[in-house]
Parts: sequence; C-alpha cells; structure tokens
Amino acid sequence: MAALNAKNGIAAGNEPDAPTATVADVPLGASAARHSGTVTVDLAEVTVRQLNAALHAEPAGSRTRYRVLNPAGEHALAAGIGAPLDVRIDGHAGYYAAGMNMRAAVEIHGNAGTGVAENMMSGRVHVRGDASQSAGATAHGGLLVIDGNAGARCGISLKGADIVVGGDAGHMSAFMAQAGRLVICGDAGDALGDSLYEARIYVRGRVASLGADCVEKEMRPEHRQELSELLTAAGRDDDPSAFRRYGSARTLYHFHVDNARAY
Amino acid sequence: MCGIAGLHLRDSSLEPRLGELLEGMMCTAAGRGADAAGVGIYGDPAVTPPGQSTVCVIGSPLPAREAAGLIGSLLAERSASLPGEPPVPVPAAAPASVRHEVAAQAPARAGLTAGDSGAGPSGGLTGTLVRDEATVHGRDAGQTSIFTAAVEAQELARAVREALPEAVLTSRGTALGVMKGTGEPATLAETFGLAGMSGYQGVAHTRMATESAVTPGGSHPYSVGPDQCMVHNGSFSNHATIRRELQAEGIEFDSENDTEVGARFVARELARGASVEESLMALCRRFDGFYTLLVATADSFAVVRDAIACKPAVIAETDRWVAMASEYRYLTGLPGVESARVFEPEPEVVYTWQR
Repeated sequence: MAALNAKNGIAAGNEPDAPTATVADVPLGASAARHSGTVTVDLAEVTVRQLNAALHAEPAGSRTRYRVLNPAGEHALAAGIGAPLDVRIDGHAGYYAAGMNMRAAVEIHGNAGTGVAENMMSGRVHVRGDASQSAGATAHGGLLVIDGNAGARCGISLKGADIVVGGDAGHMSAFMAQAGRLVICGDAGDALGDSLYEARIYVRGRVASLGADCVEKEMRPEHRQELSELLTAAGRDDDPSAFRRYGSARTLYHFHVDNARAY
Repeated sequence: MCGIAGLHLRDSSLEPRLGELLEGMMCTAAGRGADAAGVGIYGDPAVTPPGQSTVCVIGSPLPAREAAGLIGSLLAERSASLPGEPPVPVPAAAPASVRHEVAAQAPARAGLTAGDSGAGPSGGLTGTLVRDEATVHGRDAGQTSIFTAAVEAQELARAVREALPEAVLTSRGTALGVMKGTGEPATLAETFGLAGMSGYQGVAHTRMATESAVTPGGSHPYSVGPDQCMVHNGSFSNHATIRRELQAEGIEFDSENDTEVGARFVARELARGASVEESLMALCRRFDGFYTLLVATADSFAVVRDAIACKPAVIAETDRWVAMASEYRYLTGLPGVESARVFEPEPEVVYTWQR
C-alpha cells in the first residue's frame, strides 16, 4: 500500500480495515486523503476529471465513501458512477451532477444545477438544497430526493425513476413523463404533466395548471400506499392523505381524426 | 450559448474590487462562449469621471488621443454657435468625413464646456464665437475607445458621431462605460483594464455567436440609451419584425444583432417614461424567443427570463451585493457567497434592484 500511495501521491489512513482495493486506480493528486475508508477529494486541488476518473475506476461492488470538498458549482460532478459508492458533495454542484448514476448514493449538501441525476439508472441522489431545471430528466430508475425546490421541467421524460421534491416544482414538470413517480410536497407550476404517459404524479400543494392530457385522478389505497413508501424512502413524514394524484387522460395516445386540422 | 454575469454592490467598501470580481465572473463565463466579450462598468472614476460625460465607441479609425482632439474641436465649434445660427465650419485640418448636418445645438453646460482650455463660460450662452477646443480626453481600451469631456452626454455623443462616423457608439452617459470586442474573454478583460476598475455596478457577457456575425458590433453589452445596458443569453425569433417597426418610427440601428433590437425597444419604452420593470414587461409581451436578460441603468439592476426559461439564470444576494449569472460557478469568488441567498428567477417575472 505504501508503494501504491507513493506512486499515486495519495495520503492514506493507517487503519488496517480501510478498503485499499481501489487505491492503485485512483488518479488523484496529493490532496486526496483516505481516512477510515473515506476518500476526501478537494476540488480546489484536483480537477473534476480526476475526481470522476477515480469514481469510475472503483471496482464493481465497491462501497467506498467519497467526500468532495469545494465543488464550486462545477459541472458533471460524480457523473457516470457504476459502483455502489457513497459520495457526499459539500457545497453547490453545477450541471448534470450524478448524471447517469448507477447504484451509487450521491448526496449534495448544497444546490444542484441543471439536470441533476439526469438519466439515472439506479441508486439514490439526494439534493439538500434546491435543484435547477430538468432535475431527473429521462431517469430510468433509482430515487432522486430534492429537499428544497425544483426548477422547471422536473422529471421531464421520466422513464421509471422516482422523484420526491420537498418544496415546489417549476413549470412543465413531468412533461412527457413515461414511467415512474413524481412527488411534489409543495406547489406545482404551470402545465404540470403535459403530454403525460404512464408516470404518476402526487402533489400536496396547489397546482398552477395542468398540462395537456393531464388530469386529477382518484387516490385509491394502493396509491396512498406507494406514496407513503416514497415519502418514507425520502426521509419525509408528510401525510399521504394530504396529496392529490394526477395522471394521463390517455386521449393523446392515438391519432384522433377530430385533431387532423391541428397538424 | 452565451454567458452573462452581473454584480450590483450594496456595500460601498467593495467598490474598489468591482472590476476584479467581475473579471473573475466573466472569465468563468467564457465556458459558455469565447467568440467575444464585453463589460459595462458603472461608477469607475477613470471611465466616468465625476462632472464629465463618457462616450465609448468601437471601430474608431483613429487612435483615441487623436480622435479626442477632433471631437474637442467639434465641441468648441458647437458651443460657439448660437441656437438658430448656421453651424460653424470645422477647421480645414479636420478629416473630410466630418459631417455638418446638425444645425443648431443646445449649448453645452455653462462653465464645463471649455474645460481646461480656460475659455470661460460657454460661448453658446453669450453668443461669442469661442474657437478654443473643449477638452476631450480619449484613450483606447483594446477595441474600444473611451472619450470623456465636461459636456452633456448627448452633446459629446453627437460630436463623437460627427468626428468618427465609421465608429459605433457602445455607450453614452455619465455613469456607464461599455467596453467590448471580439476574442477570448480573459484577453479582452486585460485590454479593458478590468481588474483594476472600481464602481458600484457592472455587467459582463461572453458570446457564442448564433444570430449575427462575430464582430465587435455584434458583441454585448448593448447600450443604446443614456447609461442603459443590456446583455442577453438566447435568441429573439421575431427581432426582424420588431426591428422594422422601430425603424419605421425612425429608430436607427448599429448592427444586425437581435439583442440590439431588445435594447432599442427598452430604450424607447424608457424614453416614453416607462419604468425599467414596465419596459421589460412590455418586452416580454412583444418579443418571442429565448432570453435571459440582464438590464442595468444608472440606478437599477434588473433580470428577466422568457416564459419557457430554458436559458439559465441564477441570482445570489447578500447584504453586501446582488449578483446574477448564467451559472452558479461564476459566483464562487464573491465574498460571502457561501451564505448568500441563491435562487433562480421565475419565468416572466421582472426582478429589479434599486440603488
């Protein structure tokens, strides 16, 4: 390990049980420090590319913990992870943070820019602050939790992931969402669920307006059950019975001759 | 794609650092466009000396010092003609390009016109023909030339247009100087001397050209009214129509750029007596397309986004400053940003801050 550390310039802890398997592959500078199994990466010292290369180099199944300091709103932080890592980002993240995530748990202690967890496949992304537009865009799986507000187009083209927004969500959220669940504990902006497919939407607060083909639907016991599970998974204690459910009226699924003049 | 950054200071102790802070923001914004860049600086004593007016131009065929002499002689001619009198011919030594179509001019501010020349009260007020040159200072800041003189801004602007008909005015007023040009933003910032500037408010823009060519005239900010300044990320889709409407009203344009149409529209609204907020709401009603706009005047700083709000914008606010940027990362060098209130402006909501 000493040789590897010397080669890579990484300061490592001496705990005998600290995971060492990935050290050789971590292309980080001297500022990356490993203590008690946690790799600390200071982005004031190394580049985002170095950070992401280290995260990508983790072997399948690695549960290594990373702590990222001074993110300074940089883009593509912790994007493209494939292993079940535990990554904590201390500060604001830029665009596409934790994009394409698979298996990892990424927590952002700050705000996230455009497209956080976009195209996530699995795992969990938790934004402690607000998220900008297109949060969770096209995400196929996993859970995205936003404690604060989400900007416009949250969950646009959602393909199976779950999103829980603690605050409000901006206009055109769940636009063309195909599968998955979007939970909004605050208010929803204009045109919620426009051109929606089979994603389900739960809103606790006021909906500014519903988009084309999005309608309010009955809350049946199975919906209250799934909502309750989602809220619990997001670490929230909101009362599921305070929410309304919205879904697709399915009138845009097939061409209707009455709409011919619109084309 | 373009990058926008703006800083409006509340704490005057930060004013000496305005240029340095804005430069940091602009250089990070270069990631969204490096075809051209520009800044609008409010309150820098070197750009807008107290008691004087400032006119900035791009495309001057003469070095600024030389041009300043010519502008000064034109101002002196003007101050010498009484309202209603025919214009005094410019000295024979002046370039042939100088035009004389402006007849009677309002006299320059008494006691200011002659500047250091010691000519005493303005000749325009006394009817005496004073041929001394008004003192006009000129200096080059990269592709921009900056002229200052102790006359009304309108008067200085008119003289600059006469002296340098090939040049395009990038600003006129008593609080604002706009410097811009084509090239890499960090290099341009150096030619502006941005890092050393002070002031109470500044806006910056980095351009990736889409709607018009990469020329100094196509770069931002656009300042077409006194101390007004606009930077834009996005593209107006109906700008050609609105341009024709404004042209039909007699409004002239300097470039083919879509943002200039927005700036001319806002300038017209402000000239009609509308507030900044009302002007931008009128813009939202009339303009189609994508836009995040940052608009500044001598005493205000405003942000507005289109209804779809695709173009990014983030605002951060502390007791010491208000900042706006296309991306949060431009703001990371601002003092106290860690504890700033950070939020994204809502679509079609005009946010304004007053001095």
